Amino acid sequence: MTSSAAPKSASVVPAIRMDGIDKSFGAIRANRGASVEVMPGEIHALVGENGAGKSTLMRILGGLMKPDAGHVEVNGRDVTGWSTNEAIAAGIGIVHQHFMLVPTLSVAENLVLGAEPKTRGIVLDYKHAADDVRKLSNETGLVIAPERLISDLSVGEAQRVEILKVLFRGARILVLDEPTAVLSPPEVRELWAVLRRLRDKGDTIVLITHRLDEVVEISNTITVMRAGQTVARVNTSETTPAEIARLMVGREVSLSAGKRVQPSGRPTGPQPDKGLEARNLIVVGSRGIRVIDGVSFSVRPGEILGIAGVEGNGQTELIEALAGLRPVFAGEILIDGTDITRRSVAQRHDAGLSHIPEDRQRRGLILEYTVANNLILGVQKHFSSRGIIDSTRVMENAMQEISSFDIRPPNPVLAARALSGGNQQKVVVAREMGREFSVLLASQPTRGVDVGAIEFIHQQLLDARAQGKAILLVSAELNEVLALSDQVAVMYRGKFAVVMPAAEASEEVLGEYMIGTKKGNAA
Amino acid sequence: MSASPLTEAKGVQSTFTTAPWRERAEEALIPPLVALLVALICGDLLILSYGQSPAAVYRMLLEGTWGNAYGFGQVLYKATTLAFTGLAVSFGLRAGLFNIGGESQLAAGGFGAALIGLALPAGTPLILALLVCMIAAGFAGGVVGAVPAYLKTRFGAHEVIVTIMLNFIVLALLNWFIAGHLHVPETLHTPEIHAGVLPRLADIDSRFHGSAANLALIVAVLVAIAVWFYLFRARGGYELRAVGLQPQAAEYGGINVNRVWMRALTFSGVIAGMGGINYVLGYKHYYEDGFASGAGFLGIAVALVGRNHPFGVIIAAFFFATLSQGGLAIHAFVPKQMMDVLQGVVIIAVATAVPEVRRLLRGARGRSDA
Repeated sequence: MTSSAAPKSASVVPAIRMDGIDKSFGAIRANRGASVEVMPGEIHALVGENGAGKSTLMRILGGLMKPDAGHVEVNGRDVTGWSTNEAIAAGIGIVHQHFMLVPTLSVAENLVLGAEPKTRGIVLDYKHAADDVRKLSNETGLVIAPERLISDLSVGEAQRVEILKVLFRGARILVLDEPTAVLSPPEVRELWAVLRRLRDKGDTIVLITHRLDEVVEISNTITVMRAGQTVARVNTSETTPAEIARLMVGREVSLSAGKRVQPSGRPTGPQPDKGLEARNLIVVGSRGIRVIDGVSFSVRPGEILGIAGVEGNGQTELIEALAGLRPVFAGEILIDGTDITRRSVAQRHDAGLSHIPEDRQRRGLILEYTVANNLILGVQKHFSSRGIIDSTRVMENAMQEISSFDIRPPNPVLAARALSGGNQQKVVVAREMGREFSVLLASQPTRGVDVGAIEFIHQQLLDARAQGKAILLVSAELNEVLALSDQVAVMYRGKFAVVMPAAEASEEVLGEYMIGTKKGNAA
Repeated sequence: MSASPLTEAKGVQSTFTTAPWRERAEEALIPPLVALLVALICGDLLILSYGQSPAAVYRMLLEGTWGNAYGFGQVLYKATTLAFTGLAVSFGLRAGLFNIGGESQLAAGGFGAALIGLALPAGTPLILALLVCMIAAGFAGGVVGAVPAYLKTRFGAHEVIVTIMLNFIVLALLNWFIAGHLHVPETLHTPEIHAGVLPRLADIDSRFHGSAANLALIVAVLVAIAVWFYLFRARGGYELRAVGLQPQAAEYGGINVNRVWMRALTFSGVIAGMGGINYVLGYKHYYEDGFASGAGFLGIAVALVGRNHPFGVIIAAFFFATLSQGGLAIHAFVPKQMMDVLQGVVIIAVATAVPEVRRLLRGARGRSDA
């Protein structure tokens, strides 16, 4: 443990002090003598790769788990092994990565859930509740109308409600688990403003993240975890993203993908018929709304078209329509010149389409299946003869993909559920890029994946581009889109707001198209 | 438990399979055993409440079931029907579908077998007659299974509702047909079939004399093996289980979910329908109204206790058959309804204890997604 920054001063009692925390799940040791110390009134970033033990540590703090060994102190009081109720009573509030709100209820109703104010003990007093919410909302800058339904809120707004919820219950120590994973850049900026305001009024904030730019921008101090252990505690002002990345991974990593090396195998002449093409695509959503409203584009072999945009502007629907998972209302989709608009998923596979889905746990993997079985999902036909699966070949394939994609642990018969998020993603990437394809749909290929794996996946995408594959990349990460793409498009309300060469784009320009303040050139 | 087909691949077996196999065995065996223990304790209390000695009653139960060839034969006979209906339910559940229609599919299967057995001339070669009768049984059950399958895939009707309702319709239709057209006077059964009689175990070993056990037992075991092979070795089974575990991932993998559902529910009906041969071809040699008498429904419990694994289902069928036959054996001491109560206790114990025990087992060695 290299502790380059000692806790501020011995006289101030830390808001959180966790020391020598051990926590094992069977043979897996999630925490091995991990420690973290957070001073009151600071924003502390807890960083580390997937599976480094960050969430486990915070679950112990929140009373969701009990440590096998070690001490937990909150505001100087030994609270080791307390319950969730005790943690809430002591002012700990955890904002989970996945929202836990009732979509059919209003903001105010969600906030008072479990502690509803009542007039004469029976009738729910929602007016009173709404007033309380409005007051808290004004105090914190988390502006939201209390009477709106959760189902009508955007992701960013829903997150505001989540934060309001823990504040409403009197939390003074906030733990936010990957809060920006689903936010657009403007929403992130708003969140930072709110967190700073909370800090300035004396609240303590712990931010679990693996986005290093955020860490540097918002935090005062940083704890870096690796493999269940705390490897460093540093002051943000005294470090750099590269330094944090090195501590997290344990080696040097390049932070931006090095595309600008021109691919060697790139086709020279134009090949107008090849690759992926969409013509005036229209997709109608559940309530009769055009979720994709006349999108046209083409991606040629050896080219990456990156699609940026705030989530919920049609990116998911576009990819699903292209992959055959969502019916197309009008328009055409062509792969290498062949119209596949009405073809099934399996037929699109055969036509050369490969697809890394945005939601690996729901779409991309069958979590109860073994890694080996997951590695043949979608290509099971090629691993069977006369209807019988050739388990020897399935296993050989698994061993090969596991070693070439460094899937850990290297056990082909382990259930996919037992893998960390990053390794689950590697299974999906290995499968989709390990087979014959000419067009790849890569949707959020590095979401929730740690720095080392991001680098690896980026390299895979660039290699595929160099081999002349046509790649459509959708990502919430602007810098990922910018670093990898040849062309960049921004989706706004079901349309392409703009299509421009990546070389001419910047985060600022794209950001304006993303929030709709700038209207674009594209159809 | 989903035993992976891949665990037996050559070459990597020694390196990787030891631990998962042990865990799988633990997960498969410990929860039902805990449930059984709970049921035994409840049984003790029930027996004591009747002022009887649990030890004496259990001894009686064992003697009346496994203790003599007749009793054992009866257990085997009852287990056979339950194996078919249990396999049927578990096959559907593997695809994520809950087939509650085992009762009517079983009845329809028996009816189909009887119709063909009556239609065939008396001198038909046994093998041919058996084959045709079995196909008829499976076909009839499959038709009843295909209706909810079609309504689900075409209109999105929930299979639980449709299969329950179809039970009433199909059983009433069969009753009408038997009572109105095909019964022997003064009874509610058809005349005896002319061809397709399955040999009884007593024909092979005279000690089974008087028991209804017959070679449908072998058919049940063969069907269980076929189901196992299909689920865990065939591509169709890979796709069927994928649909059952995560339909959206299956769809993503190019699997036609509706087609798999259609196939799974229809074949679930086929398997339940084939169960009709046990009574019709093996025991009475005629179709009798109401012969299924709950075996279709009990198949749900058998599938549950058998953890949806074909071989587990066979064991569970044997277990429930023992309880059922045991109820008759201990009738002198305690009411045989006590066995019905005990069956209920086992089902509830399995439904509650299994997830709980599995959670504990997993918790003891699970991992965090931190």
